[in-house]
Amino acid sequence: MSAPLPLPVWVDRVLMPASALATAALAAALLLLAIGENPAEALAIMLRGALGSGEGIGFTLYYATNFIFTGLAVALAYRAGMFNIGAEGQATMAGIGAALMIFAAERFTQGLLLVPIGIAGAMLFGALWGAIPGWLQAWRGSHVVITTIMFNFLAAIVSVYLLVNVMGKEGSMQPETRLIADGSQLWTFQALFAALGITIPATPLNFSFILALLAAFVVWIAIERSKFGFHLRLTGAGNESARYAGIDTRRMTVLAMALSGALAAGMAVNEVMGVQHRVLIEFSSGYGFVGIAVALMGRNHPVGVILSALLFGALYQGGAELAFERPAITRDLIVTLSGLVIFCVGALDQLYRTPLARLFTRRVVR
Amino acid sequence: MSVRSELGGALPPAIIFDRIDKRFGAVHANRAIQLAIARGEIHALVGENGAGKSTLMSILFGFYRADSGRILIDGQESRIASPSDAIAYGIGMVHQHFMLVEPMSVADNLLLGHEGGFALGGGRKALLARLDVLARDYDLAIDPDAIVGELPVGLQQRVELLKSLVRDADILVLDEPTAVLTPGEADRLFALLRDLKARGKTIILITHKLREVMAIADRVSVLRQGALVGTYPIAQTHEAALAAAMIGRRVQMPQRADDAPIDTPLLTVQNLSARDARGRIAVMDVSFTLRRGEILGIAGVAGNGQTELLETLAGLRPHERGIVRFTHHDIADASPDDLHALGIRHIPEDRLRYGLVSQFPIWENCLIGADAEESALIDRPAAIDDAAWMMQAYDVRPNNPLLRAGALSGGNQQKLILGREIEQKPQLLLVGQPTRGVDIGAIAFIHHRLLDLRAQGVAILLISVELDEILRLSDRILVMHQGRIAGERRAGETDERDLGLLMAGIA
Repeated sequence: MSAPLPLPVWVDRVLMPASALATAALAAALLLLAIGENPAEALAIMLRGALGSGEGIGFTLYYATNFIFTGLAVALAYRAGMFNIGAEGQATMAGIGAALMIFAAERFTQGLLLVPIGIAGAMLFGALWGAIPGWLQAWRGSHVVITTIMFNFLAAIVSVYLLVNVMGKEGSMQPETRLIADGSQLWTFQALFAALGITIPATPLNFSFILALLAAFVVWIAIERSKFGFHLRLTGAGNESARYAGIDTRRMTVLAMALSGALAAGMAVNEVMGVQHRVLIEFSSGYGFVGIAVALMGRNHPVGVILSALLFGALYQGGAELAFERPAITRDLIVTLSGLVIFCVGALDQLYRTPLARLFTRRVVR
Repeated sequence: MSVRSELGGALPPAIIFDRIDKRFGAVHANRAIQLAIARGEIHALVGENGAGKSTLMSILFGFYRADSGRILIDGQESRIASPSDAIAYGIGMVHQHFMLVEPMSVADNLLLGHEGGFALGGGRKALLARLDVLARDYDLAIDPDAIVGELPVGLQQRVELLKSLVRDADILVLDEPTAVLTPGEADRLFALLRDLKARGKTIILITHKLREVMAIADRVSVLRQGALVGTYPIAQTHEAALAAAMIGRRVQMPQRADDAPIDTPLLTVQNLSARDARGRIAVMDVSFTLRRGEILGIAGVAGNGQTELLETLAGLRPHERGIVRFTHHDIADASPDDLHALGIRHIPEDRLRYGLVSQFPIWENCLIGADAEESALIDRPAAIDDAAWMMQAYDVRPNNPLLRAGALSGGNQQKLILGREIEQKPQLLLVGQPTRGVDIGAIAFIHHRLLDLRAQGVAILLISVELDEILRLSDRILVMHQGRIAGERRAGETDERDLGLLMAGIA
């Protein structure tokens, strides 16, 4: 395999994702035409649904919160040279961890202290669920791509067992926990703004969104500006330079996967402590997988991750609105549409690299 | 043997490069090169790295297309858009890094691309017949069933050459063919090239060893900065003139002072053994000492355990058994981190595998293994300033620490690593192939700095396949052959011939 062709930065970071997105839009338009819908009208509905109202914006940002966390998780592991497919499972376990810690701490306190305790529980469990595949790769040579996929299944099964047999609500057949204490529930934006005397519509958007932006900033500092991040990127550089530099690459592999899992845990914080206030079965509902596309499209850079997370958030919310307004467009079709976007920006991301490289290197030469 | 057809002769030249011009972005790699290669001559092509030799040959072989200009083969304008076109024109290329499938047999390697049908039977039969003829004509016998990866390097090169010959190439291009050979193997190769010439083959030899040019070529062309400086018949030139033409000025190669090293051993190695990546013993019972202010050269044909020895000492490869002591510290199991703390630094053989990350900016590359003094948050402006200063001091060009390390030429990458490691103030410097793929100007610079360190009392272990370098710099010389120390010599009491015999395991 040859090295990726060098491209001007703006082509790599803007034009390539934009072309991939345009491809997805074209394919989606054709699909809509095929079922007799007007693509322009559908796009208008999606835009209006995602950004046209306070409620729409709230939902878009709520979805984006999940995508920022899972996108950061994938991006951080990628910078360390690993492809973490397991954000889904790490978030699932993190949800369990948050609930366990909160339920345990509720006996001693009902207050605000439950928030950091819950977050710590989530990060701890997420980190552990990421660290194990990292350890398996570093010491036993099993590839994280394979193990994180398997750990997604493990997390799903373990969480079902726990929700049905151990943590389930008394007297209920629902595989879900009881509600967490009020003190551990994160403030909604509606409540935050109300405190400032501003009225906004009720949406799931909560304090986790601010945590997500904060996490992105910390990840940026850590990766781009800190010595630790430099060592992490050396480990991910794809040659032996990290070993040569005296870095314990096995330790770094485990650490990077643990941090990746801890970031994925943010999604559980949003869902469990911010929105549902309990652990529902399969609450992760694919956000972890979308995080892969978010990270790819965001070029594994925290700023890029935020931007592409916002895009995917808008897509989710606009899609929901579209399914609601057009009876011919079902929820399944929306899944298909977002699948197209993920496919185009994720799997076909490099599709335009060669032609663009040709276009731009030629222009430089002449 | 004389050149059979000169430009005005009855036969047209085998190749005419007619105003070949090629740019890569800002780099003008070939500047309107006008060059005729006569049929049946051995034509050497010399020049520093980046002078445009490889670009010109890559255009001939169809890897690149010239921006303008044409190539005439036997007087006919050619259209070479790909290597298969070049092969169809009877051009064969022996690459410096062999393009062979190591786990496959010699015959299978030669069959690639010429399978002659689904079942391979026809192609294989024809191939074996052809190999028989070649073996008779050129004394080129080789076992077609041998596995290429198990052959010695000299024979692998023969397979690479046979790939061209079984395809009836009339024009052979050899890129640095002796870089991996012992002096004896090189002599055999030259005999073969003379034989091929006698049978009318045209040979283009890319090399940087001027002695070889003088020994075998009929004519030599010198390239500098993409332009052809001139073409000279061998009888009318000499090594010093060629070197001056290559770099455009005279280069003063530094000489080692005759002072004696300080007599306290800094590094003691006893019966060290280590395995290579495939788990075979590559270093066998190696013992030596190294003193302050001493350069100990380790010579040997590439692949005789020097790489593994260096990696083992540098903490990158576990040792099998033996003792390694630095002053009173046992460092046999030390990690690179431990070694850094003791003042032991390593200039690796393979720059891009260990020493640099080509996609990182230069200033970050200056911190690889050298960031012990940085705080948790790296002071970016200060690090960039330090890098700029270091690049200035070590003549790394272009002097822009924000460029990616991959944008530097090999010589400048090497000076960057050299500067980074020397600035860590080592007591012991482990150096592998410091001038591999580096041009003459940079070689002189690197040799100067290594001798400066020696004068300051630093102990230097120098591993190199370049005998010139070993002989010029070392106080003592060890020769490795098949993982063992085949002999030890003092500087001034040996020469290239003597070392060559040790390297071949004969003496």
